Amino acid sequence: MMKTWQAGKRLLPMTAALGLLLAGCGREDLSVLRPQGPVAESSYGLMKLSITIMIVVLLIVFSIAAYVWIRFRRKKDQDEIPKQVEGSFKLEVLWTVIPLILVIVLAIPTVKVVFAAGNDHSDDKDAIKVKVTGHQYWWEFEYTDYGITTAQDLIIPTGKHIAFELSTKDVLHSFWVPSLAGKMDTNPDGTVNRFSFSAPNEGVYRGKCAELCGPSHGFMEFKVKSVSGEAFDKWVASMKAPESVMPEDPVLAEKFKSQCLTCHAIGSMPASPVAPSLTGIGSRESVAGILLNDDTREDGAPILENLKTWLNDPQSVKPGNKMPNPKDMGLSDEEIDGIAEYLAGYTLE
Amino acid sequence: MDWITTVDHKKIAILYLWAGGLFFGIGGLEAILIRIQLIKPMNTFLDAQTFNELITMHGTTMIFLGVMPVIFALMNAVIPLQIGARDVAFPFLNSLGFWTFLFGGLLLNLSWVMGGAPDAGWTAYTPLSGKGYSASHGVDFYTIGLQIAGLGTLIGGINFLATIITMRAPGMSFMRMPMFAWATFITSAIILFAFPAVTVGLVLLTFDRILDANFFDVDGGGNPVLWQHIFWIFGHPEVYILILPAFGIISEVIPTFSRKRLFGYSSMVFATILIAFLGFMVWAHHMFTTGLGPVANALFSVSTMLIAVPTGIKIFNWLFTMWGGQVRFTTPNLFAAGFIPTFTMGGVTGVMLASAPADFQFHDTYFVVAHFHYVIVGGLVLGLFAGLHYWWPKMFGRMLSETLGKWTFWTFIIGFHLTFFVQHFLGLMGMQRRVFTYLPNQQFDTLNLVSTVGAFLMGVGMIIFLINVFLTSRRPADAPEDPWEDGRTLEWTIPSPPPEYNFKQTPLVRGLDAFWKEKMAGHKAMTPAEPIGPIHMPSATILPFLMSVGIFIAGLGFMFSRDEFSSSIMSFLFNNYIVTALGLLITFGSMLMRSLFDDHGWHIEPEELEEGEQR
Repeated sequence: MMKTWQAGKRLLPMTAALGLLLAGCGREDLSVLRPQGPVAESSYGLMKLSITIMIVVLLIVFSIAAYVWIRFRRKKDQDEIPKQVEGSFKLEVLWTVIPLILVIVLAIPTVKVVFAAGNDHSDDKDAIKVKVTGHQYWWEFEYTDYGITTAQDLIIPTGKHIAFELSTKDVLHSFWVPSLAGKMDTNPDGTVNRFSFSAPNEGVYRGKCAELCGPSHGFMEFKVKSVSGEAFDKWVASMKAPESVMPEDPVLAEKFKSQCLTCHAIGSMPASPVAPSLTGIGSRESVAGILLNDDTREDGAPILENLKTWLNDPQSVKPGNKMPNPKDMGLSDEEIDGIAEYLAGYTLE
Repeated sequence: MDWITTVDHKKIAILYLWAGGLFFGIGGLEAILIRIQLIKPMNTFLDAQTFNELITMHGTTMIFLGVMPVIFALMNAVIPLQIGARDVAFPFLNSLGFWTFLFGGLLLNLSWVMGGAPDAGWTAYTPLSGKGYSASHGVDFYTIGLQIAGLGTLIGGINFLATIITMRAPGMSFMRMPMFAWATFITSAIILFAFPAVTVGLVLLTFDRILDANFFDVDGGGNPVLWQHIFWIFGHPEVYILILPAFGIISEVIPTFSRKRLFGYSSMVFATILIAFLGFMVWAHHMFTTGLGPVANALFSVSTMLIAVPTGIKIFNWLFTMWGGQVRFTTPNLFAAGFIPTFTMGGVTGVMLASAPADFQFHDTYFVVAHFHYVIVGGLVLGLFAGLHYWWPKMFGRMLSETLGKWTFWTFIIGFHLTFFVQHFLGLMGMQRRVFTYLPNQQFDTLNLVSTVGAFLMGVGMIIFLINVFLTSRRPADAPEDPWEDGRTLEWTIPSPPPEYNFKQTPLVRGLDAFWKEKMAGHKAMTPAEPIGPIHMPSATILPFLMSVGIFIAGLGFMFSRDEFSSSIMSFLFNNYIVTALGLLITFGSMLMRSLFDDHGWHIEPEELEEGEQR
């Protein structure tokens, strides 16, 4: 056993070098290669160890191959029959044992991390418990201890363990925030999954659905927003504040109530099983998960514009989603613009 | 007509090759369309639904209808020759196996023109593949088409098992059998154990969809994770059904072109058996993120990693076969040489994927896409190319052009690495698989462009191969018996292409690499094990074709049994299961004919054999 650890230690410098090399890959808020939290960090550690071992193996195979191809090419005048070697017991044992050792070197930390990852913090009093529900094609986040439900933006306090309980209302999805943790499937009731992660730093991280779930599978994105403890408490308080924020224009308010709130929930209304909650939608990072509300970047746009894009033809933004086209529901262009303006202005502290 | 009724294994091999080639072409076009769609972010070349149908059909077609038949083509063409037999054990069944495969494949591809292809991915995970979320007939085409095609595979596998067990030439003990025959034997054993699982799975899913059963429906007490288990208990061994024949081919090609016997033959056999055995114990590594819990994840992690050991044995044995030999880079050997490093790269990423906590990140991303394409294309397809170039003269009596062959190799392998190497990084940078497009500014753009360019280059390689085949077919069939000059096994002792009866006299095998052994002893031909006598041949028959047509019709009838048609006659025919019954009647009627009319076959008399010799 000692030997395996020594072998592991010898690989360390190379592991470190590789780490530096790989760190150049991808966006900080998205890439697996730039982990931003302990769970992603532990996966990354295993990846570095395995890739180091594997590169060593590849180098050995490549160099033997290159050597035999060059050294043992048949020459023009070569006619004598080469010796017909049966095999070599020693050599064959050697290349049985060495891979076995390499496998053990990788298997031990793997098993360790597997069991560490099984620690889901669902009994941890300090942890924030979040029930994640996948829908075609949006994400619902219910904070069971606080009695609040939101969608698309998962707000978490830095440093705290977030204990997830994952399930789906329709088909299978997979909950994945690459820079914070590996993915976990959302199964229907009966096989509910639990896991947890934490984010030590403030920031916005990109989350994705990783299990084919229909036409807009690729668009089923969400954001994880890690904020300070105070900001989180403030957010919770404003989510819980009894809400009667409605459009100012009474006609529009009536339209909004009769056409939108049949599916969507707002403020203190109980969460709807078919459509995302709209509470505080004006402060979210994106509309529909993919239209980024950031006009300082070239791929973003002001939230008002994004809301208008979405409300004017939801199917063209996310093919196959369940939202009916507001125009088909009898809303005029002005009413749609009015609702977009109202929603854009509906922000939380 | 001759082709429809044939029961000759060599002709069936050619049928498998053309049919497999056709489906391979369709699957390849689907791949090209997928890569065009992904060439840039937010591309609108395809819509989301069509894209999902394309990825589903690409995967399904390539695995079941593209590479498997080409494997079967090579097995059919080579195995009876390699073991010194006159045909397979059950020539009638061999033909039946081909026709069920072909009609299953046709049924599946009919979905493109009959209202929607399957769209739930080649793994068809429930509930997405259930009627609630996939309302078109797409998935019905998948379940019923694959069921029919799967029949053919199972029949073929059993046939090869029986052939190899009972029909080896005198003196050919198991440990003197060529490596490709070993690979075929083990592959057939895996087919025997793995295909029933998918058969059951497909039946259950068909019942859920057509008869409203609840096997996978949670509301009815079913469990969608059950489908994943059934699918992967088949699906993982399937990977070895695909790759072991490639291992076999490489083990034939490398010794021939190194002029050396295979290094460590017995450890190769042992490794093959071990891979097959372990292949059945690792299915859950496809399901690490399903939430099986740490104990299952740990066990399946370790058992998966263990497969690296026998695979490693094989890689090093191949390298040491060349060591001290005289390596000639003919086209087949070029493909074999390309196979070793490429497949090794696919293998090591496999070990990386086996580490469950790391797999939480890899799973369902382009890293996985890269991995299995390295294994299946970089391993199997390169292996098949090696085998096709190697045995082409034996199958058709014509040598493929070496120049064009080398062009095929270089364009294909460069295109391949360009396409798939960068996908490892795409996956690690956060690109999940099966997405019909992606948002800009995620640093995915350049790598996707590179990948698409590579895919086109692979396409060019394929076209060069087709040109090569076409030009070769116009040349006279004048390949010598032993065209590579260093043939080691029995197939190189008979004319190219072989006569209908293969061996005039069954050869006597005196060791591993029987032909090479005779050559070294100064003989020009094998010592016969029997005097010249009449050879018993099976009769040609159309019954296998009719049986398959019947199943095909019954499948369509069953699938549309609940539909409402605009014409009342159609509704009447389908809704009362009349079409289904008609199809089954054809099939069972043919079976009855087969049982009632005893066909003793016919004989080739010694005089005819002599005549054939002179011609």
